[in-house]
Formats: sequence, C-alpha cells, structure tokens
Amino acid sequence: MYSVRGLTRSYRIGPDEIHALRGVDLDLEAGELIALLGPSGSGKSTLLNLLGGLDRPDAGQIVFRGGDLARLDDRALALYRRRHVGFVFQSYNLLPSLTARENVELACDAAERPMAAADALDVVGLRSRMDQFPGQLSGGEQQRVAVARAIAKRPDILLCDEPTGAVDSRTGVQVLEVIERCNRELGALTVIVTHNTAIAAIAQRVLLLAGGNIAEAPPSSPRRNAREISW
Amino acid sequence: MRLLDRKLLRELRHVAGQAAAIVIVLACAVATTVMSFGVLRSLDETRSQYYQRYRFADVFAAVYRVPESAAESIRRLPGVAAVETRLVADVAVRLEDVAEPISGRLISLPERGEPEANAIALRQGRSIGASDAEEVVVAENFASARGLGPGSRITVHINGRKRELAVVGVALSPEYIYTLGAGMIAPDDRRFGIFWTGRQVLEAALGARDQFNDLAVRLKQTASASDATREIEAVLAPYGAADVHGRKRQPSHAFVSAMLHQIAGVGRIVPAIFLLVAAFLAHTMLGRLVEVQRRQIGLMKALGIGDGAIGWHYLKLVLMLGAVGIAMGIAAGAILGIGLVRIYAGFFHFPFLRYQPDVASILAAGMVSILAVSAGALRGVRRAISLMPAVALASPTPAAYGQTWLDRVGRGRSSGVARMILRYLARWPLRAALTVAALSLAVALQISMLFSFDALDYIIDHYARAQVADFTLVFSSALPRAAAGEIGRWPGVVSVEGFRALPVHLRSRGRDRVVNLTGLAPTGRLQRLLDANLAPVSVPLHGLALPSKLAALLEVKEGDTVAVEPVGSRAGFELPVARIVEQYIGLGAYVSLDLLDSLPEGPRISGAYLLTDPSRRADFLRGLTNQAMLAGINERSAVLASFRGTMTRTLSIIVSFFVAFAGVAAFFIAFSSARITLAEREREFATLASLGFTVAEMRAILAGELAILVALALPLGCILGRALAWVIVQRLDTELYRVPLVISLQTVGIAALIVVGAALVSIRAVARRLQCLDLPAVLNATL
Repeated sequence: MYSVRGLTRSYRIGPDEIHALRGVDLDLEAGELIALLGPSGSGKSTLLNLLGGLDRPDAGQIVFRGGDLARLDDRALALYRRRHVGFVFQSYNLLPSLTARENVELACDAAERPMAAADALDVVGLRSRMDQFPGQLSGGEQQRVAVARAIAKRPDILLCDEPTGAVDSRTGVQVLEVIERCNRELGALTVIVTHNTAIAAIAQRVLLLAGGNIAEAPPSSPRRNAREISW
Repeated sequence: MRLLDRKLLRELRHVAGQAAAIVIVLACAVATTVMSFGVLRSLDETRSQYYQRYRFADVFAAVYRVPESAAESIRRLPGVAAVETRLVADVAVRLEDVAEPISGRLISLPERGEPEANAIALRQGRSIGASDAEEVVVAENFASARGLGPGSRITVHINGRKRELAVVGVALSPEYIYTLGAGMIAPDDRRFGIFWTGRQVLEAALGARDQFNDLAVRLKQTASASDATREIEAVLAPYGAADVHGRKRQPSHAFVSAMLHQIAGVGRIVPAIFLLVAAFLAHTMLGRLVEVQRRQIGLMKALGIGDGAIGWHYLKLVLMLGAVGIAMGIAAGAILGIGLVRIYAGFFHFPFLRYQPDVASILAAGMVSILAVSAGALRGVRRAISLMPAVALASPTPAAYGQTWLDRVGRGRSSGVARMILRYLARWPLRAALTVAALSLAVALQISMLFSFDALDYIIDHYARAQVADFTLVFSSALPRAAAGEIGRWPGVVSVEGFRALPVHLRSRGRDRVVNLTGLAPTGRLQRLLDANLAPVSVPLHGLALPSKLAALLEVKEGDTVAVEPVGSRAGFELPVARIVEQYIGLGAYVSLDLLDSLPEGPRISGAYLLTDPSRRADFLRGLTNQAMLAGINERSAVLASFRGTMTRTLSIIVSFFVAFAGVAAFFIAFSSARITLAEREREFATLASLGFTVAEMRAILAGELAILVALALPLGCILGRALAWVIVQRLDTELYRVPLVISLQTVGIAALIVVGAALVSIRAVARRLQCLDLPAVLNATL
C-alpha cells in the first residue's frame, strides 16, 4: 500500500541541522497494525507526518497507490489527507467550538462513504455524549472523540501519534482498545507512534527508529490485546 | 527590570502586526490633529497679521449717498480709531479680445497717502497717482487669470458711461482674501475682478462729489464692535437706513472664518474617531499578549516580581507604541500641514502665508493619545495584575463553548464551518462587539466625509432648478420696467423677466438682518423659489418669501409680520411672511415685483433674468459690449462651474485625506481581528489542515468571520455616519451657506466598498500565514 524509499528529512534548529530521517526504506500493507517505537527525537513523529502528508521529505519517495506523495502540491496533499488519512494526536486537537458529533461530521464532509457521526461515536462508546463540547469532556473522552473523528471517514490509513500520551494508563488502554477495534473492523492500515514498549505489544509489526534510521524488531512474544497490557 | 524590558521587546514580534496597527492609527489621529490645527493656526495668524498690516476695518457700512461731512461725526465717536470713506461701484468690464462677460467692482482710493482702513498690498507696479488720471490697480487674482499687469488697459461701464482705465499696478486686499461679486456663489477669477481707482475718478463718474457710499471704520482696541455699529448707524440714519455691520458679515472674512471653523471641527471630530480605534487596537493586542504570556506572568510572579511591576511592564509596552505613534503623527501632520497650507495659499489670496505648527494642539494630541491607548490597555493590564500564579502556570482548560441562539435558529441548516464561526464570535461577544464598533466608526468616518459631495450636488441641483435663466443682468441704476421689453429685442434673447433687488433691513422682535430683497415677476419662470424638496413654490402676491434659515434668524414663521426698511431710504413698510422656502447659499428675501412699485422711485427694475438661444450666444455677447447700462453680468453655467470647481477643490483636499486615513484604520481593525483569530486558533486551523481542509477553505473561515463583523458594522456605520454628518452639518450651518444632510446610496456604497476592500486586503495579509503553518509543530504541541 505504501512503498517508502530513501526517505530523508532534516530540520535546522539555530546553527544545527538535525537529521530526523536518513534514507528510510519501508513497505506498509493495508490492514496492518504497526507500532513505531523509539525514544524522543528518533524521527518517529517525522515519519508519521510524512506518511500523513502533513510534511514533505527533503529526498526520497512515499508511493501510495502508484503516486508519490513527495511530488504533490499543497492542494493535492490536502485532498490526500481528506480522502485517505485519519489522524489521532496526543493533544486530541478537537475543535472546541464544535460538539463531539460536529467534530466527527466535519471530518466526514468530504469523504466518499463516511459513517454516520453517531455510529462513529458509538464505536468509541460515546454516543450518549455526542452533543457535548470538548470543554465538557474528560481527556480520555476527548481522545476517543478524536479516534471517532479519524475513523468516521473510513480512512485507508489511521495515524496515531502518541495517542495515550496525555491520558492515564487506564484511559490509555480504553483508547488503544478502540484503535485496535477500528483497525480490525475497518481494515485501515494503522500506525501507532509510541515510546512505550508495552503499547508496541498490540502491534502486528514493530518498527524501531533510532537516529533517523529504521529497523524492524524481530517478532518476540505473541501479540496481545490492548486490554491485556498496562504500564 | 531592564531584563524584563528586553524580554518584552523581543516578544513584541509576536504581535508585530497589531503593534504596527496601533502605531499607525495613533499616528493618523495625531497627524490629523497636527495638520488641522497647524493649518488653522497658520491661516488664522496670517489673516490677523494681514489685517493688522493693511489696516482691515472692524466695521463696514454700505449707504446710498452720504455727504463727506458725516464722516467727521463718526470720527468723533468714542470707540472709533480711523474712518475711510469710499465710493464703490459694481461695473461691467470689457477686455480686448474677450467676448465673455466680466463684472468688476471699482473701489476708490485716496489720491494722496494711504487709506485709513482697508489698505492694499501692492504686488506689482505702483498705486494710483495723485491726480485725476484715469488709472487703476487690479486685484492680483483677476490680473493673473486675465494676464493683466502695469501697462494693460481695461474698459469699464460706470453709471451708464464707458471709460478706459490704465492699469498701473497689481495688488491684494484683506477685504478680498476670498472674492465674491454680486450674485456670485463662488469666486470666479476670470469673470469678476476688484479694481482700485482714484476717488476723484469715481466721484466724477458717479456724480458724487464730496459724497461717499461706503465706509470702512477701524476701532480702538477696547471698543465694542456692536456699540460702534449702533452709534454709526445712528449717525447715518438721517441719510436713510444703512447696512452697518462688523467683520462677521463681511463676505471674505465670513467665508474664511467659516472655513477655519470647518477645519477646526474636522480637526476635533476625526482624531477622536482614530483615538477610539487606537484604544480598541490596544485593548485587543494587550488582551491577547497577556493571554499568550499567562504562563510567563505566572512564572514572573512565582519568582517574586510584584503585581504592580508586571502591570507597569505591560503598560509600558503600550506607552512605547503610543510614543512612536505620536512622533510619527507629529512628523506626518507637519508634512501634510505644510502641503495643505500651500494648497490654501493658492485658494485664498494672502500676500504671505507660511505654516506654523500649533504647539498647544500637538501637546494636547500627545496627551490624549497616551490616555486613549492607556485606557485601551487597561483591561489587559488588570488581567496581568490579577492573574494568580497557580492559575497562570496551570494548563489552560479548553475554551468553554456552548450552543448559541444562532444554533437554535439555524439548526440543521448550517455547516460545521458556519457553526465554528458563529460560536467563536458568540464566545467572545465583547471582542466581536468592539470590532464591529471600530469597523462601524471607519464606515461612519467615510460617510461623514464623502457625504459632503452629495450635499454639494444637492445644493447645485437646488440652485440650478431655482436659477433657470442662463444670464442675469444687473443694471448700474434702476430702470423703468419697460427696459425689459427693450432687452427682449437684443440678439439671441428668447425671454426676459425683470427683477428689482435692493438691500433692506428686515426687523422683527428686536432681530435685524440686512439682506437683498428681490422683487420677482409673480408669473416668472426664469428665477424660481423652491422648497426643501426641490419643488417650485410660487412667488407670494401679498407677502414675503423667506428662506427657512432667515426665518429662524428673525424668529418668524408664516403669518408673522416683518418690518422692511430699504438701505438708503427713510421709509419702511411691513409685510407678512407668506412662504418659507429653502435657500442653501446666501440669504435673500423675495416678494412680488409689483409690491415694490410703491417705493419712492416707482415701478423699476434693477436687473433682468434672460433666457437666450444657445446657437446665438456669440451674437448675444457681442451685443452686450455696447450696453453701458450694465454693472454686472452673471452666466449661469459659469457660476455653477466656478461653484462646483471651488467647492470640489476645497472638499477634495480634506475629504481625500480623511477617507484615506479611515481606509487605513479599517484595514488595521480588520487585520487585528483576523490576526487574533488566527493566533488564538492556530491549532484549530492546523487540525482542519490535518482533516484535509485546503488553505482556501481555511481562508474562507477567516473571511467568513470577518464578513459577519463587517456586515454588522455596515448598517451601524451608516447610522453613525449619518449622526456624524449631522454634527458636521450643524457646524457648517452659517449665514453664508447651509449644508443639507443628504447621503446618497453611492456614498454609502463607496464607504462600504472601502471598508470591505480593506477587510479583504487584511484577510489576504493574514491568510498568508496559513500557508506557513508548521502543521507538525502546532498539532503536536502540548497544551
């Protein structure tokens, strides 16, 4: 589904150039649940942003369905995000002026075959709170709304950047359960960025990032369900 | 605290756009004040010096014929310093190779020495010689317009006789800083000129040996003009009623004063609006800065820095911007003032005119500006002071939104984006209201300035509908009514209506005004009376028709009786007020021509209104050259053109300055609003981008929000604009002219377009930042 070749991205911070990715090669298949594991600054969020079309590489290709994302202009990238990508961020990033349902509806507006917003909220267990504004929801609830928003358009790829980073462990497990379920039921390629090794246990594949290079972790212990993990 | 100051200066870049807005709007406020009052002071002081140097009179009297001996009695009056008796005659002027009619006023000068009052400022050549040589000094404006100078010759028709006069000099006079002839509504330097000639020449021409018909009196510094006016009137009474008045009714002085009054008015009203806008901008900028820096404020407080020091820290920022704005405003105001004075120097006729800054108004503008931005900053400063460190250091909770009444109205119909816009506005109603108020002030300012062109069009339309005749002839002395029939036979004349105009005192309940009373043919069609709705009103057969302003000055209404006393006559009569009409330029009273037949001279006309055949204009004008009976000829098209030209020139100067300033203010108000929206909702826009919204769609959100504010501001601005225009109309309401409160749709449209255009430009400027949003950084930033 995605074929990433020679992906390079660096940033300039003051006089220093930080090499976030140094020629990463990677293949991702539909329906996979992948954990991107690595310490802070290892380049995992950079890779996620490039896959999601939020950023452009300095060099290399990200081929999605035959097209190279690196060559798309701003407008085409916006359309790519609109049609194919669902994001879940650590900081939820809900629109505070819209209710839970409206947040979800907004993401569905341009989708080809979106779910009903209420159904998407049902998947994350928040149907009863769909008319609440983000300011009236707990952190865990906000993150579940963010997941509902991401899946409602039935994305081809669901990108989750530290989705449990801002919530406690118990709530984090609930969020991961929802992500796991969406991956299973919708068949979306799901990439979870985390620095928490416990979370990586729910993934089919674990990719390790360090110093801008990627490596696949060997399969070790059997894959676990979200409800079986804790940290 | 120096470290804190450095920190603040570095952080100023986060609000650089808004800081620039405050500086520029404040600079506009100060610049308009400095410019207006600088020009005001320059004109006022120049005029005072001019008056003093050339002994401009304090009291003026127009009489019929008074023996020179009467002047001695006036000289002996306690308050009188000097008396100049003169002969003045309105004449028709002929220049070689000039076909169009020219009118002039001949004023006598003493053959020996300088006049005691109303001296002339010689610009070229010499003054008239000490003999009865037929020499003349020409006013500079007419001389320039017609290319005359020492050595030129002019022909004038005085008292029915042709005389050729040699031009020996060119001069200016404090009496004619603004030059208007009889029947004129604006200066026309090509068609009306002032000429000074020897007293003996005029005495001979008018047959008025040892007599005068005009008096210029200078008073002692301590004397009261109104007392002197009364005493002079009493001295002149045996020779018939005189038109004695102070400077207030001297046409040139009155016009210049009205102009100064207008500049002072605009100089007070307009800066006040800019100051309100600057206060609004300071309010929004500091409010946002304190919100952005709340954690830093908490930290500073945690480190032990006192509340007062932190409040002062933020206030200092606004004061610093204020200081920069004031400095820029003073510089810009001085430059604009110098330019404006140059323009006025060309319009008014002063022998010298230089820009003098008005220090008092500069100081006042500076102080008021500081007060305005400080008042605007107050809320932000108070917020910084009152923030508890623990609260300030904690993560902010998401903004609490709720359903608005608009949601209930538009349930199911509005899009998510529309709901975001409406709820954001409803979440901060004070901010939205202030933005609407500030934008509406910009609209109002545009309307209050631009409406003057509508009023001008209306006045011209009113005048053009009333004055149907394309030529108005004024005779050098009243003629029998039969003269009209004779004029009707002149080449090119289609129809003629005689009229009789004479200066009269109108008195009622202790009120007294000297105006021209015009007797019109009751069935006449060439000079009509109109009401305020431009509808013709017939000439009353048995009473007076008075313009509403004159009726108000005399405190009379329809049905009341007014005493009428012609100047130069000892016999008066009473007439009822039969009609109230509308007249925007000058003040005149009207009666049926037949009513004036009972005056001692019998049935007479003093001029005629003519309708001519345009295809025979040249024949008609050629025929006029031989008519020595004419003292003045006014052509309707020239009068209207000169009026429109003069008014448009003066209005354009002021109006274009302020409209441009108001456009700048509108841009910055809109920019500030959009910039705050973007800054506060950067994360929301980044989220929308992550959902696949394009830059154009996000720009539409910014634009949509501003569009609502602008849409609310437009009607409010129209109402405020009308109110502001009303205030200006009240200031412009003088005996010289009145300004109707007329606001055209075009004016409203232009004002709206300028503000909408400013909003669009501001959106474009702000939206550029949307393209530069660092999406990963914003989306992954912790709250």
